[in-house]
Amino acid sequence: MAIWLALLALDRWRHSENCRRGERADADPLALIAETAHGPRVEAANDAGLEAGAGPGMMLADARTLCPQLKVAPSDPAGDLAFLERLAVWAQRWGPWSAMDAPDGLLVDVTAVAHLFGGEERLLKDVHARFAAQGLTARAAIAPTAGAAWALAHYGPKGAILAADDDDMARLSGLPMASLRLDADVLLVLRRLGLKRLGDLAELGRDAVQRRFRNRRSPSANPLVRLDQLLGRVPEPLLPVISVEAPLVQRRLMEPIRHRALLDQVLADLADDMVRDLEARGEGARRLELGLWRVDGEVLLRKLELAAATREAAHICRLFAARLDDVDAGFGIEMVRLRAAWSEPLALAQKDLDAAAEEHGTSLAACIDRLTVRLGERAVRKPVLRGSHLPERAQVWQAPLEPEQASQEMLDFHPRPLKLLDRPEQIAVLYASPDGYPRRFRWRGGVHEVVRVEGPERIAPEWWREKGSARLRDYYRIEDGEGRRYWIYRSGLAGDGRGGMPDWFLQGLFA
Amino acid sequence: MDMSRLPKAAQLASLGERAPRWRPGLARAKQGVRHSEIFASIDDAGGAACALALALDNLRHMVTDRLEEKPLLWVQDELSCKRSGRPYRPGLPQELRHRLIHVAARKPEDALFALEEGMRCRDLACVIGEIAGNPRALDLTATRRLSLAAEKHGVPLFLIRHDARADVSSARMRWNVRSAPSPQPRWNPAAPGQPTWHAELFRARTHAPGEWILRDDGQALVAERPAAERATTPDHGDLAGAAGAGSLAAL
Repeated sequence: MAIWLALLALDRWRHSENCRRGERADADPLALIAETAHGPRVEAANDAGLEAGAGPGMMLADARTLCPQLKVAPSDPAGDLAFLERLAVWAQRWGPWSAMDAPDGLLVDVTAVAHLFGGEERLLKDVHARFAAQGLTARAAIAPTAGAAWALAHYGPKGAILAADDDDMARLSGLPMASLRLDADVLLVLRRLGLKRLGDLAELGRDAVQRRFRNRRSPSANPLVRLDQLLGRVPEPLLPVISVEAPLVQRRLMEPIRHRALLDQVLADLADDMVRDLEARGEGARRLELGLWRVDGEVLLRKLELAAATREAAHICRLFAARLDDVDAGFGIEMVRLRAAWSEPLALAQKDLDAAAEEHGTSLAACIDRLTVRLGERAVRKPVLRGSHLPERAQVWQAPLEPEQASQEMLDFHPRPLKLLDRPEQIAVLYASPDGYPRRFRWRGGVHEVVRVEGPERIAPEWWREKGSARLRDYYRIEDGEGRRYWIYRSGLAGDGRGGMPDWFLQGLFA
Repeated sequence: MDMSRLPKAAQLASLGERAPRWRPGLARAKQGVRHSEIFASIDDAGGAACALALALDNLRHMVTDRLEEKPLLWVQDELSCKRSGRPYRPGLPQELRHRLIHVAARKPEDALFALEEGMRCRDLACVIGEIAGNPRALDLTATRRLSLAAEKHGVPLFLIRHDARADVSSARMRWNVRSAPSPQPRWNPAAPGQPTWHAELFRARTHAPGEWILRDDGQALVAERPAAERATTPDHGDLAGAAGAGSLAAL
């Protein structure tokens, strides 16, 4: 069954203005407009507006010249889509499975459920009555395939029903080409070819159409694929709308609480409830939101993200306890709500039978959760390799428990330092010749005599990323007189035309 | 209380001589040392490298019934992060590269919290900390907490103290570490060789103090007595200091 909400945007506007069709605010000409690059454009117009000449697709300036008293309101496509999504879930009252047909339609699977409503005619009557009661203009049609139902809902007679044993083509051949759900440019091509009805396409013969559209792969650009979908010769996968509700537990308190100990108690109760809820669903929480409703109308929110799905009440309590220190209870908290906004499947596991394991410390995920809650998300990370020759770009940081992306292992031609400074520090170097070995350098106020040196290892700049004036680097591995080992580089060459004499930097500390 | 059962002062004084000398691979003993402090300069990665080598020595000799690779927690406070750099994965020892979890704490208090949480975790192989200077948070009580946590949960802690005074602490072993001139590599005598450190164990509960030249040769930690080392490689330290300062000042 396909349902077409022809005037969804206007119906929503009327609903927000709380008026019926043609009454009060709706009696004057009105247009819903959207801002485009060329100025405001009319998206939809009400009956009075259409009568006055303002049609969808017009520029607002043109519509104003036809009808100077035209009122405007902004359209809300995002709100329409969200409304349609809710409506798709609501439409599951007529069938077990529904899909959105954006921007203004719904598809409901009513296979073998019509008898529950007393037949298909009465089912359609029920649909129309329900939508009319909501103040929505709807046209519905039932057909064996989604394509045929869509075509009948948009272009067929009202309340059309295509039974499984009807001759599809005979019933549908009178419908216009637009009922194939094709793109505008394809429709234009078909109109120029003189094809107006679905029957024309069948008369023309399959081979001719196939030749004309042979390199169009997408269904909405190829009339033959759409025709086959309409007749049920090829399958058409649809994405169903499934409502997912987040586990939510709350406590309304008889007496507002103002003390931390009581709040902790309430939190522990909530965590227990939440764990029971999650256990029943076989899931573990990844993100938790704790809302505290205060008597004086304030809501305090505390969010928590966990490194791995968890279902341990004590762990949840402990993590929240660190986040509740700065809560200002004011005149008291009257309601506490805990919601698991993101949960992941977590298999039921037998509790650890041997108690020694519990005494023996926390798990890695719990440890990382505690560190993240106190130190922040960016403080706890793991280094991973990245394909780059520049030393500071060859390592990136990621969350510690995330899987590592497959990468080529570093080729160990040259030793790399144990530690890398966040940014290279400039040093003053004494050398015999500008492109020769360094002899002695000054860093952080100390003088280091270079006793042993290996190099240079030349690393060219990444020309595809950096500016053309970036200089190459000559890295030297050196050891000073006291045995300290460093990694220093000369940025550029003398006379490379990219700046004056090259500077020297110390970038890493060797083991 | 029976006074005669207590050890005599003379016995206590000679404890150091009777105690076994430290040598690599002592972690195999059932009561290995869990809390070590390593004092090093912040301008020298030798301290961190030596701590890693000691940790690796510990891991290699640990009696484990399961062959699993546990991760390693490396905690740095802000000053050590900024002055001595962050760990660089391609330069880490081969066995530890993929197992590192790094924590950048802003304050020393946070770093201590992270160290303690790390030691409570049963899934960590060891914890390495870097704290610069002598922060007020790191007093005797704090070090005692760390020792107790390390010994209770059996996760060894190696705390690197950058540019710090050796004030009271309950660490079971306290080292002074600096880089030492490396041995000559076989193929290029002018290049720096295998990392070598001069380590001085100046306080330990179960071992006599001593000095060693330590080196990790890929399979095990090698310890030599420094006197033998000094004969083969000349010490350039004094030369550099005397000659370098004057001539560079003109730059």
